[in-house]
Amino acid sequence: MKPPPFDYIRPNTLAEGLELIGKYGADARILAGGQSLIAMLNMRVAAPKLLIDINGLTDEAYIRDDGDAIAIGCATRQAVLERWPTLAQRLPLIAKALPYVGHAQTRSRGTVCGSIAHADPSSELPLCLALLDGQVVLRNRRRSRTVPARDFFSGVLQTTRLDDEMITEIRLPVPPGNTGAAFNEMAIRHGDFAIIAVGALVDTTHVRVAIGGGDDFPVVKRLPLSGEAALQEALNDLAWSLDCQDDLHATATYRRHLIRVLGQRTIEEAIACRS
Amino acid sequence: MFAAPTNTPRTTPITPNTPWLGRSVERPEDAALLTGSQRFMDDLGAPPGTLHAAFVRSPHPHARIVKIDTAQALQCPGVHAVITGAAIAAFSRPFVVGVKAPMEHRSVAVDHVRYQGEPVAIVLGDTPYTAEDGMALVDVTYEPLTAIVDPQDAMDDGAVLLHHEVGSNVVADRHFRYGDPESAFASAAHTISIDICYPRNSVTPIECYGLVAEFHSGSESYEVTSNFQGPFALHPVMALALKIPANRLRLKSPPASGGSFGTKQGVFPYIVACCVASRIAGRPVKWIEDRLEHLMAATSATNRVTMLRAAVEADGRITALDWDQIDDCGAYLRAPEPATIYRMHGNMTGAYDIRHLAIRNRNVLTNKTPSGLVRGFGGPQVYFALERLIQKMALQLGREPLEIIRKNLIAADDFPYRTASGGLYDSGNYQAALQLAEDDDRIERLQQRQREVRAVGGLYGIGMAAIVEPSISNMGYITTVLTAEERAAAGPKGGAVATASVSIDALGSISAHISSVPQGQGHETVIAQVVADGLGLTPDTITVNTELDTGRDAWSVASGNYSSRFAGAVAGAAKMATDRLRSRLADIAAAHFDCDNTDITFADGTIGATGSAIKSMPFRRLGATSHWAQSTLPQGMEPVIRETVFWSPDVLAPPNATDEINSSAAHGFVFDVCGVEIDRDTGRVRVDQYVTVHDAGTLLHPAMADGQVRGGFSNALGATLYEHFSYGADGSFQSGTFADYTVPTAAEVPDIEILHVQTPSPITPLGAKGIGEGNCMSTPVCIANAVADALGREDIELPLTPSRMFELLDNQEPPKPVASGNGLERPTLRRADYTVTGHGETHVPVAPETIWPQFFDVQAIQSIVPGCQSIEEVDPYHFKGQVNLGVGIVKGLFDADVRMEDVVEPKSLCLIGTANGPLGSSNGEAVVVLIPDETGTRIRYSYGINLSGKAAAIGGRMIGGATKILINEFFRRLAARVAPEHTEPSTLLIKVPDSIQKLWRSICALVQGGRS
Repeated sequence: MKPPPFDYIRPNTLAEGLELIGKYGADARILAGGQSLIAMLNMRVAAPKLLIDINGLTDEAYIRDDGDAIAIGCATRQAVLERWPTLAQRLPLIAKALPYVGHAQTRSRGTVCGSIAHADPSSELPLCLALLDGQVVLRNRRRSRTVPARDFFSGVLQTTRLDDEMITEIRLPVPPGNTGAAFNEMAIRHGDFAIIAVGALVDTTHVRVAIGGGDDFPVVKRLPLSGEAALQEALNDLAWSLDCQDDLHATATYRRHLIRVLGQRTIEEAIACRS
Repeated sequence: MFAAPTNTPRTTPITPNTPWLGRSVERPEDAALLTGSQRFMDDLGAPPGTLHAAFVRSPHPHARIVKIDTAQALQCPGVHAVITGAAIAAFSRPFVVGVKAPMEHRSVAVDHVRYQGEPVAIVLGDTPYTAEDGMALVDVTYEPLTAIVDPQDAMDDGAVLLHHEVGSNVVADRHFRYGDPESAFASAAHTISIDICYPRNSVTPIECYGLVAEFHSGSESYEVTSNFQGPFALHPVMALALKIPANRLRLKSPPASGGSFGTKQGVFPYIVACCVASRIAGRPVKWIEDRLEHLMAATSATNRVTMLRAAVEADGRITALDWDQIDDCGAYLRAPEPATIYRMHGNMTGAYDIRHLAIRNRNVLTNKTPSGLVRGFGGPQVYFALERLIQKMALQLGREPLEIIRKNLIAADDFPYRTASGGLYDSGNYQAALQLAEDDDRIERLQQRQREVRAVGGLYGIGMAAIVEPSISNMGYITTVLTAEERAAAGPKGGAVATASVSIDALGSISAHISSVPQGQGHETVIAQVVADGLGLTPDTITVNTELDTGRDAWSVASGNYSSRFAGAVAGAAKMATDRLRSRLADIAAAHFDCDNTDITFADGTIGATGSAIKSMPFRRLGATSHWAQSTLPQGMEPVIRETVFWSPDVLAPPNATDEINSSAAHGFVFDVCGVEIDRDTGRVRVDQYVTVHDAGTLLHPAMADGQVRGGFSNALGATLYEHFSYGADGSFQSGTFADYTVPTAAEVPDIEILHVQTPSPITPLGAKGIGEGNCMSTPVCIANAVADALGREDIELPLTPSRMFELLDNQEPPKPVASGNGLERPTLRRADYTVTGHGETHVPVAPETIWPQFFDVQAIQSIVPGCQSIEEVDPYHFKGQVNLGVGIVKGLFDADVRMEDVVEPKSLCLIGTANGPLGSSNGEAVVVLIPDETGTRIRYSYGINLSGKAAAIGGRMIGGATKILINEFFRRLAARVAPEHTEPSTLLIKVPDSIQKLWRSICALVQGGRS
């Protein structure tokens, strides 16, 4: 549990950070909260040559309400978002999902964007980003681009971020007023990576449901609200359409089962929240 | 010797005469623990010049070591030495084992590795970091062998042998017979049996193993500071392995340990390895184990297969038990094994009066980590079978479990009770404990709750367990594995010496020393209570020294902190030492006051005389007399400065000629009852109510006793619902982090109701018995019985994870929609036993004949294989190379070796390969089929891999997805190479980051840049 040698630079400005990632590319890794990265370094399954510590970028630790979306800077901790006074009102889905993200201790350090960048297939925040149809702002030293969540996650721990880019912000659209939101997950212990996580957003005619832990990244499906039997059938179709795997904690069959039962439970809760 | 039970006095008023013992006094340990200022092994520093050790470990569960190349590691900056098993062997011999089998176990493997994580070499570096840098550069060539995982497979004729010299994987097989079990079964109304597989688990301390070892060349002796916990019977095992007299091995344990739960017994092979490493390097050597090492390779409880039968009368009385136990001790029978299976030998009839008993015990070796001490040691395995059988019996006979338990319990006036196999139950009143559980309608309320939940279609079960909790192990019980003749030849072994010293310093203050290093239990608190009571002082004035130094302190083979021996044996020895000191001080005082020594009192910090002449003087003044004024001592009296007591209960005789053994000195009792509710949707088991009644004799510190119960319960809840050392069918270890070895946290552990009955032990000086291990023995089966009751099923195997519960719930899965899936006919793999499998298809707009040569062209392969660094052609169907494989941030360099077989040009081929690197070792195959169609070729493929080593131990959740990424990337690159202009993104099951898409997005982003 000792990391291999690496260089460490703590930039004071975002521009400086972008210069560094531009210069070192794939050899560098951004250190934000370090809740996954440090463990992987210690176990020597990751060995970046340079860590760019963005904890000094205090200007990037923001939550900005743009009206139609909430923008969250790359240095914003999960605990800060959790305690943002209008979170439950503006982003009820996030308010419901955040308590499932690790533990209070890890959230006090872990960042929102770091969790998105890590792209763990079972993580709650990537699921929420995808379900809300959010966007990831990626910058390199020359330009900035905005990638919708559906184009961002590409595999287990894989994203379409280019080597010279860093996530500087994510944008979470604020759902229309009549939307109901709910989140559930099944994990071995509280705070564990989900075996299956389900988020749902319901409006008057449709439900958007997102599944985490079932495939290589969160999968979002839009279904019409058309009675329980049809919903069950749609959830079964969704469960079978994912590439659920057996691992030492759960079988693929159990995962599909959870998609069906948690899916139904979550959608019902979202409907109840709406009215 | 019948002792009346008393309930715990929780609200007894404290008066000046109330003894300190029995009160929940404040713990002197807590200030340092709660402020983070306690110092543990890694905080203690090391002598100047100390080198840091890193262990090179086998990624294979079973392999022959072909070659170890240390050249590159030795070039690594900061690396001082690389010491192989052969070098260690030059200064050591194999460990002695407790059975008569020529099994060779060394601290570092030579030629042959038998479990994943077995040490094969030690790298010594300036820092732990450089040692680990060097570790990655030690190049070990292995020839993998078939691994044996299941103990029953290990017993098969023709099974792969772990130790050829032994000639079998069964290293001990003994039959025992007590009373007349055959007749009892022949005449029984019912024979009821149950088969059990008990899983592998442990109890994991926060602090892992750690040590500093130093060879003193002048005296040819070793000095070691480590968090070894005992039993110090392992001291001679280490000395013999080091080929030195025992007085040349000085073992020191610092006074505080960051937890053990038994596991720190297993540090001893590392002590031997690092002693020799220090000798070779000529420098002290420090080693601090990390979590992955600890979970993978430190130690484990045994997994066990049990077939248990009971002869039962029509009324539910059990007349005989017949045990057939197969204990899986892992790759080596490491001392003190086969202790796990024999610790319980005297109490194999549990809490029941059963006079006829047959036992067959087999110790089996498999390719898993060697087993050893873990809290509950041997108890969970036994009681899981016995108490599951009681539940089944009740069901089968149409009676309540409580009735069966009650009918068979040993009667209160039968104590002391000699069990069929020779155990001597010192005291107890099991009926009183059951009654306490039933009081206040506790069980009735559970039944009411069950009716309510069931009425609305829920799943609710009630479980019970009655167990005897042994404490203070007999040092001779392990020899029960030998025949009486073998024992006679080896000489009798028995007893359990506990040691304590109490001393007075020059200012008359009192220090106590015990030969038991606490791992958080609170020894200081209780010993101070004991001494304070004896000398009329307050506990806060007593200093308790709990460090242990075999070169300086009083100790014996039973010393150490294990088998719940503190309260009964160690605190008892401290009382005896205190009494002896008091008695001698009374002699001095009597002379001083000119009175009879029976008139001397010790109270409130003074020594006084009662009777005619009421006099007193401060304790400290009289206490210091022996230091300063020997002339004032009574004539002929030796100075009274330090009293040391060696106590061993005389009931711990060696096994007798008929294999009867009193395996423990004290026997507590636990009766548990619980209600669990199961979520039908998720399979989650929720412990709704849990009541645990303990009889641990006299309670010395009720709050700490309750703390022990809560701690044991938490560990047991882990074993029941969460924790499991998981091994793949290929023997690869899969639970190398706390993300996969899921210890419950405070959020998962429910509150429990703890009740006490106290029947003091007539054997131990304070009447106390062990209490900390009981729930590890009772809780797993209590909850399992409740789950069995809720589901109406017998096949309850731990841990009861949600996924396993889901299977027990027999849910019918709705069918797969016809439209989904691609209906592909997958190429068939040669083997079916891969951990990870997958398949896919891609289309290439060229003919098979164009694609085919790519598989055999070195340049092509180099460009197709993701991360390929170099490649060489061994022969046309055999390639070797280096690949840098990874997904996301995870990357590692592997040596790959790939052969092509079943080559049918240009239609199909099978790639068989291995890859080895610091992240682990894998083997696998891919079957590729090329199917021509109108527009080109459809490439269909299936693949399967097995993975062992670090990646398997820590990355189980990700391996499937990571493999998929790499395999699909391979085919995408293949397509791109043969038809660059037509490459389509991989289809169907495949989601590959497409570099062309990436490029396109970058272009788009450039255009959009200004707007963002």
